[in-house]
Amino acid sequence: MIDESFLKNILLFTRALRRAGIPVGLDQTLELLRALEWVNLGSREQVFYTCRSLLVRRQEHLRLFAILFAHFWRAHNPALPRRQQMPRAPRHRPQAQPFTIVTYMAYKARLADEAIDVADKAGTYSPGELLQRKEFSALTPEELARVRRLIQQLNWRVSQRATRRRVPRRRGEALLMRRVVRDAARHGGVPLRLARQARKRKPRPLVIVADISGSMEKYSRLLLQLCYSATRRLDRVECFVFGTRLTRITAQLRLRNTDRALEQAAREVVDWGGGTRIGPSLHSFNRRWARRVLGRGAVALVISDGWEHGDAALLAREVRTLRRRCHRLIWLNPLAGRVGYQPLAAGMAAALRHVDDFLPAHNLQSLEQLAEHLAALGDRAQGRARRKGRGRPIIQRASGPLPPSAAP
Amino acid sequence: MLRSIEETAEALAREAYVADAGLSTSLFLALRMGKALLLEGEPGVGKTEVAKVLSRVFDTPLIRLQCYEGIDVAQAVYEWNYPRQLLELQARREHAPGAQLHTDGIYSEAFLLKRPLLQAIDAANTRAPVLLIDELDRADEEFESFLLELLSDFQISIPELGTLRARHRPIVIITSNRTRELHDALKRRCVYHWIDYPSREKELEIVRRRLPGVGERLAAQVVSFIQAVRREDLAKPPGVAETLDWAEALGHLGASELSPAVVDATLGIILKYQDDVDILRGAVATRLLEEAR
Repeated sequence: MIDESFLKNILLFTRALRRAGIPVGLDQTLELLRALEWVNLGSREQVFYTCRSLLVRRQEHLRLFAILFAHFWRAHNPALPRRQQMPRAPRHRPQAQPFTIVTYMAYKARLADEAIDVADKAGTYSPGELLQRKEFSALTPEELARVRRLIQQLNWRVSQRATRRRVPRRRGEALLMRRVVRDAARHGGVPLRLARQARKRKPRPLVIVADISGSMEKYSRLLLQLCYSATRRLDRVECFVFGTRLTRITAQLRLRNTDRALEQAAREVVDWGGGTRIGPSLHSFNRRWARRVLGRGAVALVISDGWEHGDAALLAREVRTLRRRCHRLIWLNPLAGRVGYQPLAAGMAAALRHVDDFLPAHNLQSLEQLAEHLAALGDRAQGRARRKGRGRPIIQRASGPLPPSAAP
Repeated sequence: MLRSIEETAEALAREAYVADAGLSTSLFLALRMGKALLLEGEPGVGKTEVAKVLSRVFDTPLIRLQCYEGIDVAQAVYEWNYPRQLLELQARREHAPGAQLHTDGIYSEAFLLKRPLLQAIDAANTRAPVLLIDELDRADEEFESFLLELLSDFQISIPELGTLRARHRPIVIITSNRTRELHDALKRRCVYHWIDYPSREKELEIVRRRLPGVGERLAAQVVSFIQAVRREDLAKPPGVAETLDWAEALGHLGASELSPAVVDATLGIILKYQDDVDILRGAVATRLLEEAR
């Protein structure tokens, strides 16, 4: 039978879970209380699994849950009722935050995860004008601020693909039999009007994987801005950044307030301006996320200068794997817009053979071109066309003169 | 009716399903609370098997809905038998040419094609069936929200026919490979369980129970080898299904223990990507084999 102190402990426990980032609703708590009537409360194992079954709904939370459970039910062991004590002197009373160890463990457990994924919370921004062709690395701070605002206004649209779901359409490729029969019933059993249906179309998901290592430092804040802008404008966007390790920042970028979103995203990143490990980062992307975010004809956008410090062969292999999993692989390189740029960095050269499009990203104009490019991606013939075109990617250069400081 | 976690575990064991305490608990709670059981886990860890075993435990039919992208009401719930309706209409016209064609009855159960979800709530069922909704992550969000409705009151409205309601609530098992995250609203109606790869002992027990013909020595080596393979960095680590396939295949080949030649020849049974085979073939396989023996 559940006594009052046990009930209290359960409530405290669910609160500790929530504080550590595992969302537990009141409905779940009530269910748990009901379920605990049916299990053997003397068996720690049964209680553990019962709590876990009803309170955890995501695989990512399992480990954290186990840690919290172990800590909480050691400190507050319901099996050993505490002896009645004399009221304590105020200075001996327990601190107001009883679960600091628990929350600390939660924090540590999260850091130990290979890829970090943090829960989201919840403004908009305003206009500017044209700095279209000035190279990002040559911008003054004021210009930078303006460019950031302009990036915010980019008109993002990703081309659509035909899903497998059908909707009624006058010139569809298949008959809509339900209506055909209904029509036939009105016309003496003869189907006079053939109602049709067609594949429903939906925009493709966009997955951005951006390099924010040392060599990309000049661009990294702008890249975050780019990710944020895409996240605001498109329904299905996933953003990842990497230097030496991969971090998923999708949830942070969903915050409505620009500055807070960028600040949160930046805080999640462990390795601003560190070394680059493109190959291993893409590897962990391919292993941990590709299957989950690259479905449904997704377009993958990798943003990096290709300065790989590690194994170029590994990078090539991972880029190939990535390309096989998405509808289209676009590589954005901030250096590619420079006059006379050659993809000589070993990593870039190795990766290039496997990308579908290789585009510059050095000024605002090139980003606008990117947005147009995304909106105009081909539909089905794509698969064949790109295979033919593989190995000789087209470098689209921004037209117009570059500022002198941008010359290599 | 299973009255406790222990009873649940025993019932599964009787049907040769080796479950850990977590799964027995989740299953027991799902049954007891009348909720769906949501099973996630890597491919080949026995998610689908749970539903099959359950239908044997309760001696009740298993109704399976395999999800795929674009699955809709016509394939999952019901569809009218259009050719039959058309023929019927035309036959009636020939019987009474010139008369006003009556359409009574062409929207009755005789013209209804029942798909899995409708079968599961069919009032004609004499007992609760097991409804397996397999790989729900493959279906789209629209379908998921439809399912949400169904799972909350187990009734389906067909505009031409009215509302059909289940007399016996089906036992619902949902599986997902997590190619996308399922919606929270759906998860709220489920008891969640993540099936992990089994421990060495559990896996050996599974092989023993499922393949009693395979020699003890071979079984132990196969399981140890597979467990070692899972620790390697592979695109698709082998699941329990692969372990069973492999042990069975080796049995057919007459092998009584693993050898480099045997492993090399049959690696394709446990690894499904050429890249993985390349990683494992040769030195790595030899090392793992040493560990396994």
